[in-house]
Amino acid sequence: MAIDWATVEHVARLARLALTDEERERFVGQLGRILEYCARLDAISIEGVPATSHVLPIVNVLREDLPAPCLSRDEVLAAAPAHEQGFFKVPRVLEAE
Amino acid sequence: MAPSVWESARALRAAYAAGTLLPSQVIAAALDRIALRDPKLHAFLHLDSERARQEAVEWDGLYAQARRNAAGDTLPPLAGIPVAVKDNLCTRGVPTTCGSRILDGWLPPYDATVIARLRRAGAVIIGKTNLDEFAMGSSTENSAFGPTRNPWDLSRVPGGSSGGSAAAVAAGYVPLALGSDTGGSIRQPAGFCGVVGLKPTYGRVSRYGLVAFASSLDQIGPFARDVADCALLLNVIAGADPRDSTSADVPVPDFLGATDQPRHGIRLGVPSEAFGSGVDAGVAEAVRAALDTFDNLGFRVEEIALPTLDAALPTYYLIAPAEASSNLARYDGVRHGMRDGSDDLFEMVTRTRQRGFGAEVKRRIMLGTYALSAGYYEAFYIKAQKVRTLVARDFDRAFAQVDIVVMPTSPTLPFAIGERVDDPLQMYFSDIFTIPVNLAGLPGLSLPCGFSAGLPVGMQLVGRAFDETTLLQAGGAYQQATSWHLRHAPEA
Amino acid sequence: MERSEPMDPTGAGGGTREVVIGIEIHVQLLTASKMFCGCPTEFGAPPNTLVCPVCLGLPGSLPVLNRRAVELGLRTAVALGCRVHSRSRFHRKNYYYPDLAKNYQISQYQYAGHPPLATGGVLEIQVGGRPWRVAIRRVHLEEDTARLVHPAGTGGAASSLVDYNRSGVPLMEIVTEPDLRSPGEAREFLNALRRLLQFAEVSSCRMEEGTLRCDANLSLQPPGGPPGVRTEVKNMNSVRAVERALAFEAVRQHEVLARGEVVVQETRHWDERRGVTFASRSKEEAEDYRYFPEPDLVPLDVDGAWVAAIREALPELPAARRDRLIATFGLAAYDADLITATPAMAKFFEETVTLGPHPKVVANWLSGAVAAYLNEHGVEIDQIALTPARLSALLLLVDEGTVSGRTAKDVLVEMIAHDQEPEAVVEARGLQQISDEATLRVVVDKVIADHPGPAAEIRAGKVRALPFLVGQVMRATGGRANPEAANRLLKERLS
Ligand SMILES: [Mg+2]
Ligand SMILES: [Zn+2]
Repeated sequence: MAIDWATVEHVARLARLALTDEERERFVGQLGRILEYCARLDAISIEGVPATSHVLPIVNVLREDLPAPCLSRDEVLAAAPAHEQGFFKVPRVLEAE
Repeated sequence: MAPSVWESARALRAAYAAGTLLPSQVIAAALDRIALRDPKLHAFLHLDSERARQEAVEWDGLYAQARRNAAGDTLPPLAGIPVAVKDNLCTRGVPTTCGSRILDGWLPPYDATVIARLRRAGAVIIGKTNLDEFAMGSSTENSAFGPTRNPWDLSRVPGGSSGGSAAAVAAGYVPLALGSDTGGSIRQPAGFCGVVGLKPTYGRVSRYGLVAFASSLDQIGPFARDVADCALLLNVIAGADPRDSTSADVPVPDFLGATDQPRHGIRLGVPSEAFGSGVDAGVAEAVRAALDTFDNLGFRVEEIALPTLDAALPTYYLIAPAEASSNLARYDGVRHGMRDGSDDLFEMVTRTRQRGFGAEVKRRIMLGTYALSAGYYEAFYIKAQKVRTLVARDFDRAFAQVDIVVMPTSPTLPFAIGERVDDPLQMYFSDIFTIPVNLAGLPGLSLPCGFSAGLPVGMQLVGRAFDETTLLQAGGAYQQATSWHLRHAPEA
Repeated sequence: MERSEPMDPTGAGGGTREVVIGIEIHVQLLTASKMFCGCPTEFGAPPNTLVCPVCLGLPGSLPVLNRRAVELGLRTAVALGCRVHSRSRFHRKNYYYPDLAKNYQISQYQYAGHPPLATGGVLEIQVGGRPWRVAIRRVHLEEDTARLVHPAGTGGAASSLVDYNRSGVPLMEIVTEPDLRSPGEAREFLNALRRLLQFAEVSSCRMEEGTLRCDANLSLQPPGGPPGVRTEVKNMNSVRAVERALAFEAVRQHEVLARGEVVVQETRHWDERRGVTFASRSKEEAEDYRYFPEPDLVPLDVDGAWVAAIREALPELPAARRDRLIATFGLAAYDADLITATPAMAKFFEETVTLGPHPKVVANWLSGAVAAYLNEHGVEIDQIALTPARLSALLLLVDEGTVSGRTAKDVLVEMIAHDQEPEAVVEARGLQQISDEATLRVVVDKVIADHPGPAAEIRAGKVRALPFLVGQVMRATGGRANPEAANRLLKERLS
C-alpha cells in the first residue's frame, strides 16, 4: 500500500499536525509499511460478515433527565491556556460559521 | 515488626487489623524505597507523598479505634494499603499527564470512577505511574518523561504501556497497582516484569476518568504479585457505573473468595497458532511446562484452533488508531494543557499538537485519520470491524470446547531499551497474543510461569466474557503448585 | 395538486424556472439537562458556569444519553408520521472548531447503513388556501456546540471567546425533502412546524433565543429539467428573515442565470441589516468528517411498544385542538385558528372558559382586544400580566354592568400595564359605569341643550340622530355612561 507525500500532508492537515519535513518523509515510509501489513486483511473473506463496533450486546443505556451539579467556574478555567471575563480565549475565529 | 516490602495486600491488611503493623510504617517504607530506587527505575511520574503519609496516619488511628471497640474488623478492604495508579487515570487535583507533554501540568477537576472506588475502599494512592504516551506503546519508552526500566534487568524495557505500574509492583514498591489495557498494556508488562496482571472483560470496570486511547478496546485492570491480590483489587474496581454507558450491569462475584476454591474439570485449550514462528524458544518452553503443571493438577489440556489469530494485529492497527485519532482531537490548546501560541487559530492548534505529541502518538493519529478518511473508510475501517467479528467468533468456537485459552502473554522476552523504537511494526508484534483478546472484549490474565535467561516469562489465560472467576481459580491453583510468583527482582 | 405560481421575479432569462427549497431545522429540546450530562440547559447564565467534565470534553469523560431527549425525538417522529427505526446509533462527526469541546460532534447522522432515529414523515401546510404535504426526510438527535463570541472592533479583535454553557444541549435536526416552491411556502412550513413542536411540547421554538435555527437550500429548476445547482443559506434569526433571505436568493440566482453565468454551489450567509446573502469564506479543503460509530455509546433500540407509548402520551396537536374547539364551543374558524396559533393561547382560552364566561365572548376578546395588544407589543400571551382569572373577572364586570364594554378595553390595557386585578383598576380610576338615572338625566339634559339641532330632528321623529346624541353622552361621561340607559333616557326626554 503505497502512501505518498501529498497524502501524508493531506492527512496531517486533517489531523491538525504541523509535521516537519523529516517527519513527513519518515511517515511516508512507516505508514506505507504498516498499511501494507494491514492489507493482509484483503486475503480474508468478509462476505456477509457484520461489522463489530461494540463487543457487548448492550443497548439503550439512558440516564434520567435530572440536572446535576456543575463544576465551579474557577475549576473550569483553571486549566485554560488563556481566558478572559469567564470565557476561554482563542485566536480570532474568522468565519461566522 | 519491620514491614517487608514483599507482603501481599491481604497480609498487610491482616497485620493492620491485628495491630502488628501500622499503615504509616508501610507507607513510609514504600516511599523510602521509591526514593532510593526510583531515580534509576523511573516507575513514577508523580508521587503524592504528603497526602499518602497523612492518610496513613488517619488509618493508624482508625485501626487502633477498631481494635479498642472490639467491634471486629469493619474497615474497608484496602484500608491503609498503598496502591499505585497509571497516569492516564484522572485524579482530582493531582497531575495526570498520560505521559504526554500536551497534558503537562493538567490537574483534573474530577476523579475517575476507579479512583473514587479505590478511595472508598481505603486505598492510599501514593502516586501516578509512567506509561507510553496516551498508552500507545509496548515498552514505556514512548513516555515524554523518559522510559521506565525493567526491575529484573535495568537495561531492558518493562513492557508497556502500563510499564510503570508493572515495575512498581515488581520492584517491591507497592503490592497493588492499576493499569489500562487496550491491546495488551496490562498483560504484556505483567509478563515482562514477572507479576500478575488482569485485563477484565470489556464493560466489567468503568472507564469513566480513564483518558481514552481506543474506546471500544480500553479496559482498566489490576496488577499484583499473586492471583488472590489481583482478585481483591478487581472486586474493589468492578461493577456497573452510571457514568459509563459501556459498563455492563452484570453481577460482580466474590473474586477473592473464588481464588482458593478449587474447581475440578476446568478445560484448557491451546491454540497451535500461538507456538509458531516468532515465539522465543525460552517463552514457548516455559508456557509448555506450565501446561504440564496444569495437566498434573488435573486440568484437561487440549488443542484448539484460532485461525484468525494472525489477522488480529492488522485489524487492531486500523481500529485502535482510528478511535484514537478522534479521542485525541480534543488536545488543541483551547481548554486545557499546553498551547503553542499564535495569532492564527489553525496555526495555534497545529503547532500545539505538533509540539505536544510524541512520535508514536503522531504516527497513530496519522494512521487512524487516514483509515477513517473519505475513500478509505470502507476499505480499512469497516473491513477491520468485520474481521473483528471473525476474531470474536473464533473465540466463541473455542469456548464451546474449552473454558480457558492459554497462550504466551508475549512472544518474546523483555527486549533491550532502544532495540525496537525505530521499527514500529516490530514493536507491535509484541502484542500479537494479547490484541485478539481486546478485539473480542474477553478477560485475560497474565501470570509468571518461569524464567528464561534470568528474565520472567508470562503466560496468558483467556476466559469467556465476564468469567474472570474461572481465570482466577485456574491461576490460583497454578500458584498453589508453583513458586514463580514468589521470586523477587534483584535489589539493584 | 395546485401550487403557487412558478416564480419569475425579474422577467429575465431565468424565465419560468421553478424555485425549489429544502429546509433543515435544529430545535433545542425541552429537557432539564443536557444530551449527555446533567448540566442544566438554562439560557442566559454567566459564561462557563453550566459545564462539567463531559460537556467540556475533558480527558476521560464519557457521554450518557438523556432518556427525555430520546422521548421528545420520538414524539416528534410520531407527530410527523415518520418511520421510527428499530435500531439507530450515534456517530462522531470529526472536525476542528473551538466551539466543539471534543473536536467532534456526537450526532445520529445516517451513515454506513445506520439509519437515524426516524425517516420519511410529512407535515401538511396551507398553500393558497389548499393543503400541501411537505415530506420530511429525517429526524435525528445530536448535541449543540458552544457559543462563540467575537468581541467588536474593526479589523477584528485578536481573539474570539468561547462559552461552553450551550455545549451538549440536546438538539433535534429535522430535514425536509426539497418540497417547497416559494419563500412564502417556506414561511408557512416554518410556522406550521413551530406550532406543531410547541403543541407537542417538544421545543419552545424561540428563534430569538436560538431554540429554533433554520438553514435553507434553494435552487432553480427549469420546467421538466434536472434540478439546478443549490446554495445553502444560513444565519437567519426569524421566520421573516428566512422568507426575505430566500426571496433575495431566488432573485440573485435568476440574475446569475440571466447573465448566462452558472450558480455556484456554496454556503451563503444572510445579512439582516443589508438584506442580502453573501458567500462565506470558502474552506481551504473539502470537508471530510470521518464519521464512525461513537464507541462510548451503545445502540438505541426502539420497539413498537415504546413508539405506541409515545403515541399514547402525545399532547393534542394543533389541528385536533382547533377542530375540538370548534366542535365543543361553537367557535368561528377564524377565532379557532387564532386561538390555536400558540399552545399558550389555546391553554389560556380553555382555562378562561372553565371560569364561567361565555366561550364566544372569550374568543371575541382573545381574537380582538387581547390579540391587538399582543401584536402591538410583540409578545406572547404567557409573557404578560394577564391571567385567565383576571380576564374572566373583567368579563364579569362587563356582564354585571359595572363597566361598559368600551371602558373594559381600557381596563384591560391598564391591568396588563400595572399587573393589577380589573376591580382595582376600575376602583382606582373611577371607571365604574354610570347607570344611576338621576345622574345620567343631568348629563342627558345638558347634551340636549348643547345640540338643539339633532334634538329637534328626533322630536320630529327622525331617530337617525339618536346614536349621535348617545355618543355625546358617552363622551361627556368619559365613556362610563351605561349606553342603554343613555339611549332610553334620551328617547324619553325627546318623545
Ligand atoms: Mg446538525
Ligand atoms: Zn455537562
